[in-house]
Amino acid sequence: MIPELGNFALMLAAVVAVMQGVLPIAGTLVRNPQTQITLQSLARPTAALQFVLVAFAFGALAASFLNNDFSVLYVSQHSNSLLPKPYQFAAVWGGHEGSLLLWVLLLSLWTVAVAVFSRSLPLDMVARVIGVLGLISVGFLLFILTTSNPFERLLPAAMDGKDLNPLLQDPGLVIHPPMLYMGYVGMAVAFAFAVSALMSGRLDAAWARWSRPWTVVAWTFLTFGIGLGSWWAYYELGWGGWWFWDPVENASLMPWLVGTALIHSLMVTEKRGSFKAWTVLLAIAAFSLSLLGTFLVRSGVLTSVHAFASDPKRGVFVLIFLAVVVGASLTLFAWRAPRVALGGRMELVSRESFLLANSVLLVVATAAVLLGTIYPLIIDALNMGKLSVGPPYFNAVFAPLLVPTVFLMVPGSVARWRDANVRDIAFKLRWTFAGAVGLAVLLPFALGGWSIGAAFGLFLGCWVALGTAQQVIERVGKPGRIGASFWGQHIAHFGMAVLVIGITGVKCYEVERDVRMQIGDVVTIAPYTFRLNSLDEVRGPNYKAVRADVQVLRDDKVIEILQPEKRRYFSSAMAMTEAGIDSGFMRDLYVSLGEPLDDARTEWSMRVYYKPFVPWLWGGVLLMVLGGVLAALDRRYRK
Amino acid sequence: MKPRTKRFALIAAGIVVLCAAAAFVLNAFQSNLVFFFTPTQVSKGEAPKGRTFRAGGMVKEGSVVRDGNTVRFVITDTVHEMPVTYVGLLPDLFKEGKGVVSQGKLGDDGMFVASEVLAKHDENYMPPEAQHAMDQAAAAKAAKSVQTPATIKGNP
Repeated sequence: MIPELGNFALMLAAVVAVMQGVLPIAGTLVRNPQTQITLQSLARPTAALQFVLVAFAFGALAASFLNNDFSVLYVSQHSNSLLPKPYQFAAVWGGHEGSLLLWVLLLSLWTVAVAVFSRSLPLDMVARVIGVLGLISVGFLLFILTTSNPFERLLPAAMDGKDLNPLLQDPGLVIHPPMLYMGYVGMAVAFAFAVSALMSGRLDAAWARWSRPWTVVAWTFLTFGIGLGSWWAYYELGWGGWWFWDPVENASLMPWLVGTALIHSLMVTEKRGSFKAWTVLLAIAAFSLSLLGTFLVRSGVLTSVHAFASDPKRGVFVLIFLAVVVGASLTLFAWRAPRVALGGRMELVSRESFLLANSVLLVVATAAVLLGTIYPLIIDALNMGKLSVGPPYFNAVFAPLLVPTVFLMVPGSVARWRDANVRDIAFKLRWTFAGAVGLAVLLPFALGGWSIGAAFGLFLGCWVALGTAQQVIERVGKPGRIGASFWGQHIAHFGMAVLVIGITGVKCYEVERDVRMQIGDVVTIAPYTFRLNSLDEVRGPNYKAVRADVQVLRDDKVIEILQPEKRRYFSSAMAMTEAGIDSGFMRDLYVSLGEPLDDARTEWSMRVYYKPFVPWLWGGVLLMVLGGVLAALDRRYRK
Repeated sequence: MKPRTKRFALIAAGIVVLCAAAAFVLNAFQSNLVFFFTPTQVSKGEAPKGRTFRAGGMVKEGSVVRDGNTVRFVITDTVHEMPVTYVGLLPDLFKEGKGVVSQGKLGDDGMFVASEVLAKHDENYMPPEAQHAMDQAAAAKAAKSVQTPATIKGNP
């Protein structure tokens, strides 16, 4: 009964979404003022109603999971009666159908947020924005109802479920997809604002000011979601890597890169009235790339942890939807953009030009990632053979494009608007530059070995960190209230510096050992010694595991006991490596169990890592998130 | 400089930078494409020597031999086989009789030296490349056994 109610709510939601998508926008087109107001005023109530209906459907699916209702096909495929309750709930978005439902739920949540926090906006703008969001929602609801209904029944009901993929049974899964989706879907709001501005023909500073906090919030969620995904891959996949250039990671990175360009370009549009067309294109691109990400992940064309059962119908639907969104918005752009007035003048060297350079670099980097991600798919679709583009390509391309981007962060934020002078900037930053060079030359010795790569990476990180600190100190010394967005900007930039230093540290100084170990054996990565103490059989709620006790010694003192596990899940007989990790401020110690090498299972292959600076990666991401939160909370936006 | 010259300089500089970036990206792209070959293609000598490529199919039953951290196994598409050697930890789902994709170089002795054995994330999931290899081999087998004029003409 509950699943049927959920299904019914979903159908009603689709009907309401059509109303929300059509009527308010129609209200901006009719002549009669009375009808105008009546139709436009429908935007907020329909958005709220749609949210209630989708939330009900989501709740119905969650209830089916928690009740172990294995007569629902989706539940039987992704849950199991032995699965702990929190994971049963998280399993709602552990598969294709449920994760789409989560997508729509978050979209309607964003829409309600827009409806609530848009009191200061003119009614016609609210009507357009909520209308566009409604149309996007129609597309996704139709997608769910026609190709991916999570409420489909299974007759006769299964005795028990197939269980959630063990890789996904982890606290990381509980929060990673919702955060990432909040980011993806948030880009829809930036997109809706851009499209609404195009429709009205009023691409002005007001539009940029309304759009900015929403875009920053979306960017913040996206940053957090990507960071969580990376963290989860690092400790859960058991291979010690934190970024694989997997197509699905790329799918989330691309909207992030364009979103980063977008929040900076929006700033120029608001402050100086320039770059309007460019900003609109970035907003369209960011959302299109979010949709492309959804397509890549959900169509099953990829070999990945994220690839669920492949069904060509679904891929085709998302592809058509993507074509409609991109086609319609670009047509609207081509029609309306020529009417947009040019913005304020700028000189060759100015804050605008630095920001423009950075957003072009970010877009080029996105294009390079896009090429490497979809080229194999296109070649395969054309039946021209199978190939893949390896991480060396992405590393070779990404670093040279991002290095100037990161370098320009400092001069870009000290340069004056409109007209700046290279000599002034150089003079202002001379000590910062010298300090960064000095640290870059000296620090590698302290970290255990000088190399040009390490020195260069550390220079970039120190440059941004010192440059940021310099600006903060100068600003604090001056009178006047400092806005939250000032802190947001500099904390986020500082986070980037920490991230760059972290990446450099891990890349240049990590040590990896593949060893075979018996009880009592030791392996040394100076100054740490790892000793395999014991191997025990342990039992979890839905798995059995071999757990190793690995003592970590430093100067003959035990500093930590790591307990890597090799799990075997009952429902699927699938083996899983659970790494043992000790995190410090400066480094992680990481041990994972390979496989038994003899029949008695007393000798195991093991992988032992010394990973410096890994905590800095997460620290950098968290600082960027904090920066985003502060920037979005700035008082200016709440007028 | 006049504003117009300035704007021109700005645009020209932008185009030069973009072209350089594009040339650089495409160059890196070209040298990092990793092609996929089935064991049948490898046995016909279609795979390049000395260049990294991917090969996939099924791990032949009873072919896995361990020697310390070195693992030897045989990839088969049921028609042709290729021996593989790999040093390091195998992914959790590596099993005899299951699909596998590995990346590496072909030695002169015909041994495929893998630098990477790709993991699957789900025991029911067949890597598309491995599935492709099996399908190709099965199709070739079927075509051979039937030998109708149509298939001979249709598949040059």
